[in-house]
Amino acid sequence: MNKNQLMKFFGFKLVRFIILMIAVAIFSFILLDLSPINPVTAYLKGAAVSESQRAILESYFGVNVPLPTKIYHWLLDLAQGNLGTSLIYRAPVIDVIIDKFSASIVLMAISWVLSGVLGFIFGVVAGKNKGSWIDKAVKVYCYAIQSAPSFWVGMLILMVFAVYLGWFPIGFGVPIGVKSTDATFMEWASRLVLPTLTLSLVGLAPIAMYTRNELVQVLSSDYVLFAKSRGEKGWDLVKNHGIRNILLPAITLQFLSFSELFGGAVLVEQVFSYPGIGQTAVAAGLQNDVPLFLGIVVFSAVFVFVGNLLADISYYLIDPRIKESEFGD
Amino acid sequence: MIKKQSDDKRQWFLYPANLRTKTFVIIILSIIVIVSIFISGYFVRDIPTSFISANQMPSLEHIFGTDWMGRDMFQRTIAGLGLSLMVGFIASAVSTLISIILGLFSSFNRFADELVAGIIDLFGSIPHILLIILVSIMFGGGVFGVIMGVGLTHWTPLARVLRSEVKEIKTKEYIHLAENLGRSKIWIATKHILPLVVSQIIVGVILMFPHAIMHEAAITFLGFGLPPHEPAIGVILSESMNYLSSGYWWLAFYPGMSLLIVVLLFDLIGENVEKLLNPETAQE
Repeated sequence: MNKNQLMKFFGFKLVRFIILMIAVAIFSFILLDLSPINPVTAYLKGAAVSESQRAILESYFGVNVPLPTKIYHWLLDLAQGNLGTSLIYRAPVIDVIIDKFSASIVLMAISWVLSGVLGFIFGVVAGKNKGSWIDKAVKVYCYAIQSAPSFWVGMLILMVFAVYLGWFPIGFGVPIGVKSTDATFMEWASRLVLPTLTLSLVGLAPIAMYTRNELVQVLSSDYVLFAKSRGEKGWDLVKNHGIRNILLPAITLQFLSFSELFGGAVLVEQVFSYPGIGQTAVAAGLQNDVPLFLGIVVFSAVFVFVGNLLADISYYLIDPRIKESEFGD
Repeated sequence: MIKKQSDDKRQWFLYPANLRTKTFVIIILSIIVIVSIFISGYFVRDIPTSFISANQMPSLEHIFGTDWMGRDMFQRTIAGLGLSLMVGFIASAVSTLISIILGLFSSFNRFADELVAGIIDLFGSIPHILLIILVSIMFGGGVFGVIMGVGLTHWTPLARVLRSEVKEIKTKEYIHLAENLGRSKIWIATKHILPLVVSQIIVGVILMFPHAIMHEAAITFLGFGLPPHEPAIGVILSESMNYLSSGYWWLAFYPGMSLLIVVLLFDLIGENVEKLLNPETAQE
């Protein structure tokens, strides 16, 4: 693959990214603008003000400005990185998001890697021993966990490990009464274990099912039959003919799961009261903090896009077949 | 030498049955369970409170235990499931309608097809749970907000399937013939395309249902929509969060378990209906 094609690929992706972001920004802005939330009421939170003060606030928040003008200003500000001021935190939205997201990214990254690795191993073990009890156990587990609400799984884990066994604290990013900057690494890490465990246990199901089905398919193919007839068997066979074939699509699938990862983090952070981006999104939504919520929506769209982009890159750059078919002409 | 293979199917339950009958029985049983939950959930309205029997462990009298007001958790769970099923039903109806309209709209011309693909991409680019919150805020929250939030966001998988089906059907000769005969696009879409995608729609709807119910539970768990006195599953679970550290595990365990079972039942129905409708497996 030469440089020219690479430039074409990323140029295409960049254009797509910009169009998608503008669409997401406008779309979410219109949705929130149509909502019955009055910015002045949300800002005042029931505080009594006189009519003239209210009028000043209304003109400050631009209540009566027509929608196209509002959208224009919003896009202009967005392009300059100005997402407005959060009503809950009384701080610039961008700072709040960066602060909360850095707490979440650790949670999401660890559980993303863990769920990928564990899911892949489970899938390979199940697929190799198709029809055995271990295959059935993995299948039952995956079906059950995919049908279970992830927050309920989190609650069960919380009950078992934090309430009954008492191994881990029940929640919060750092102990009560300790500033987040003063917390020791262990204090902080011990509060990360259970949310990470929950997200990993939930996230490994799709990847395990996918890997299992793919491996079963590969193992019933002709070239595996041929390899068997040559005398290959056991793990060597799976390693040489199975894993190489299914690893790449599995990685791609894992990159495509960024959206579910974010959704899972929202619920799990709520259960474990972990101060991350998900909990902030819920708080912003419940307390009508429109600028913060809009910011998080746009930010999460960027996050999901990055996941899809990485999946595409892993497809185009690593798999030789697709590279040839796509860029051959 | 062909051996007769149906011997292993002989001893199934009470009388010999083939796969088709088994599938039907599974589907009908699951539907009966779900309908009975829905109907009994409708009739359980006023659950008696008695503070004498508050926070009891599960027993024969209260098989799911009781909550802090002495209400029977089994009744609350059934009522909550009924509510969730209702929300899921309305939301799926809305979603199905949207995906059918968009799927058929994509058959009109290239531009319409690109537009539909763009809308699907747009909805897929925001994490689902945030999208539901966004839409439910737009409708002002409450039960209506939750229903619309769940209903307006679950159409993407079905619409994607329909779009690709429509693309394939559009290459057929009778479509060109109908176009040359001067039939309108709407006539072709409803008379030539819609009947061919009905089976995809049915399977898509059944598989959409469990997602809708789960997301409804999640969104009410987060505190959007249903008021605390409504016994929705999400509300029950978020309430039980307060009692976790007291060790009242049954408040959270059983309602979640029932939700899981209902979702599994829907998956079961979906899979079996697909087995019947899919020509590759229907003849087994």
